[in-house]
Amino acid sequence: MDRARVLQGLRTLYPESRILARPAELAAYESDALTAFRARPLAVVLPETREEVVATVRWCHRHGVPFVARGSGTSLSGGSLPVPEGIVIALNRLNRILRLDPEERIAVVEPGVVNLDVSRAAAPFGLYYAPDPSSQPVCTIGGNVAFNSGGAHCLKYGMTSNHVLALEVVLADGEVVRFGGESLEGVGPDLVGLFVGSEGLFGIALEVTLRLVPKPEAYRTVLAAYRSLEAAGDAVAQVVASGLLPGAVEIMDRLSIEAAEAAVHAGYPEDAAALLIVELEGEEPEVEAELAELLEVVRASGAYEVRLARDEADRQRIWKGRKGAFSAVGRLSPDYLVQDGVVPRTQLGTALAEIERLSRRYGLRVANVFHAGDGNLHPLILYDGRQPGQLQRAEELAGEILRLCIRLGGSITGEHGVGMEKRQYLAEMFSEPDLEVMRRLRRAMDPGEIANRGKMFPVPQKLEAAVAS
Amino acid sequence: MRTDAVLRPSDVDSLREAVRQQPRVWPKGAGTKTALAPPEGAVVVDVSQLRGVLDYDPAEFTFTALAGTPVREVEQLLARHGQYLPFDPPLSAAGATLGGTLASGLSGPGRYRYGGVRDFVLGVRFVDGQGELVRAGGKVVKNAAGFDLAKLMTGSLGRLGVLVEVSFKVFPAPRARASLRVDRADFEAAWGLLRALYTSSFDLEAVDLVPPGTVWVRVAGRPESLPTRLQRLRAFLQGGEVVEDDSRIWEEVREFRWVPSGWTLVKVPVTPRRVLDLERELVPTASLRRYSAGGNVAWVAWSEEPTALSDLLDRLGLRALRVLGPPGPPFLGRADSDGFSSRVKQALDPVGRFGPYP
Repeated sequence: MDRARVLQGLRTLYPESRILARPAELAAYESDALTAFRARPLAVVLPETREEVVATVRWCHRHGVPFVARGSGTSLSGGSLPVPEGIVIALNRLNRILRLDPEERIAVVEPGVVNLDVSRAAAPFGLYYAPDPSSQPVCTIGGNVAFNSGGAHCLKYGMTSNHVLALEVVLADGEVVRFGGESLEGVGPDLVGLFVGSEGLFGIALEVTLRLVPKPEAYRTVLAAYRSLEAAGDAVAQVVASGLLPGAVEIMDRLSIEAAEAAVHAGYPEDAAALLIVELEGEEPEVEAELAELLEVVRASGAYEVRLARDEADRQRIWKGRKGAFSAVGRLSPDYLVQDGVVPRTQLGTALAEIERLSRRYGLRVANVFHAGDGNLHPLILYDGRQPGQLQRAEELAGEILRLCIRLGGSITGEHGVGMEKRQYLAEMFSEPDLEVMRRLRRAMDPGEIANRGKMFPVPQKLEAAVAS
Repeated sequence: MRTDAVLRPSDVDSLREAVRQQPRVWPKGAGTKTALAPPEGAVVVDVSQLRGVLDYDPAEFTFTALAGTPVREVEQLLARHGQYLPFDPPLSAAGATLGGTLASGLSGPGRYRYGGVRDFVLGVRFVDGQGELVRAGGKVVKNAAGFDLAKLMTGSLGRLGVLVEVSFKVFPAPRARASLRVDRADFEAAWGLLRALYTSSFDLEAVDLVPPGTVWVRVAGRPESLPTRLQRLRAFLQGGEVVEDDSRIWEEVREFRWVPSGWTLVKVPVTPRRVLDLERELVPTASLRRYSAGGNVAWVAWSEEPTALSDLLDRLGLRALRVLGPPGPPFLGRADSDGFSSRVKQALDPVGRFGPYP
């Protein structure tokens, strides 16, 4: 369908003020947080009600027009990259918390609600929403659901998937379905579990019922500095082996420490080759007892400086540096790619040594910030897009890191999803029959393949080359 | 009506062959969920020979095993390394298998603390309705690649595929445990305690409510802090008897030994607030109840054919799964047909080899 006819159709659904079609208006929607990919959609629509979303999806289905649902566009895998022959359905105005029921520990929200706003609304009741991606001050619940977002505190309580209880969804052919319930338990197949992380390929979540958890009584946040990255990696293995179950175990390497320090003055120890952040949470007497053991383990692991967050402000400062590390790395380099791979936890040391070797071979700096407790690596590959060939080299290096993760028995993504970026690698992780079942599921929900077309599934190499040029 | 034909494949290839050759197939593990019976005309495929742990590195806190592996075998292996499956898989002493536990989607009282079986499964291999061996998920604790069919298989009752292999994450086992038993004069008062605990910041492993007015709370952690924690909890609850040697008590719960022989046991997902409505409806009936997971699941034992129970649940808008007792249709209460699950069924089992989705 050509642009004029698409716009004509959309005008039957929206007032002019909520259809963006001029180049200047579309520019902001051309890419998400994976800026290496850009595509200009035919139009962007700004629905304000779920009925408008449903009507839009039905219209797209009827006319075979592809659509991409988008929240705040923070996807690091290109998950909300527009398709040139389609439209973007921007869900930011569906940002109402429809129900907050502290006694049942439930929040029912629209997809455009910002992650952190759920915790803010729940805070007066001593509750919070646990999944905490670094982008949580801006990213939306709809996007978290689509990509099964994680965060620093997955070790104990899991990812988005472990915190969604029920969904109302408009499937790609316009049927509206509800599944799940308000209970933590269910009967029948776990449909919510299937929908979360389906990367927008089934349809659009219209209403999400989230589980809230009581805020821990106490936190103990320990910061330890090491002379080498390997030593910090080994310390993680020792903390895990000790039988402690921290809420978070994070590592930052020298490059990311420098960047974070320059950006937010987190007060990290200077000259550290690696920092380990371990956070205990729970009942006061329990974390106090665990802390004694944790400090013992950390000191024995060769840390040359060990600090305990003095108070909540100090704790927040430590986390601000960690969560701001991705954007802070922007100070060190004109461009960078954020990778997201997983290795078995016992293979962390091997993986880090190999990444360092690859970094030297490619002549590109790599900063490492990662959820060490989960084996979830986030290598940040620094490059200069103005230098011919550098982006391509950075992408090749990223690919080698993903293959390394597969080889070590891990995964090509822990929490950012496959999106645009890793679709070729999905075929290296799964066999053809595995992918075929996923394709059948996709077609059962979206026979015309109009929902987030081009994402997650590998495309034939020839087509890939055509897209790249 | 029941068929006598049982196939016992000894490896994955013969399992695939069995699925391809039979028009209707029903997978079975140890058969501990006695009420879950094969659909009419189905050939039973007993997967209990597909057993054994394939991969377990204690430092990794994950394991992979064949679906017919008894849960108890895995629990014993984990215990030797100070690890456990925190969701208290039910009926493990009775012989339940890993595959059966996942396919029935059942978790015990310990699911209160860290989540249920769906929160611990990492990956699966299964044979789909066309006899293809399909892998989904992975073996690492965090993974967002591809559709999460491992979660989908939770509660699928063998009607989406035959589980062959499962991977789970595990946690370090607490070094000490104790329980607190609190009795109140009536159900409503005990229910009030349950709800107060639900929004408190106490880290509790299990919170169960047993009519007429008893709340059971299990606390786990380090031996040196346990006495203080129990004391604080007693202060919050204004009393309660500490039961230090509590493992037998909770095993009885996990094994449903409180359910009289021959009765039907159903699992009813509910919410803490609605527990009171449900209990009020059930009090006059010939039933036994246990409200578990902080009031998120009601286990209801029913003395006779559960038609009246099904109607009662339907009136309350609740849906239930039949678990123990005489076989019958798996779901009771509010019918739940949505366009999503029928499409899932169509994609995984287009010819209906595993029977219709009830």
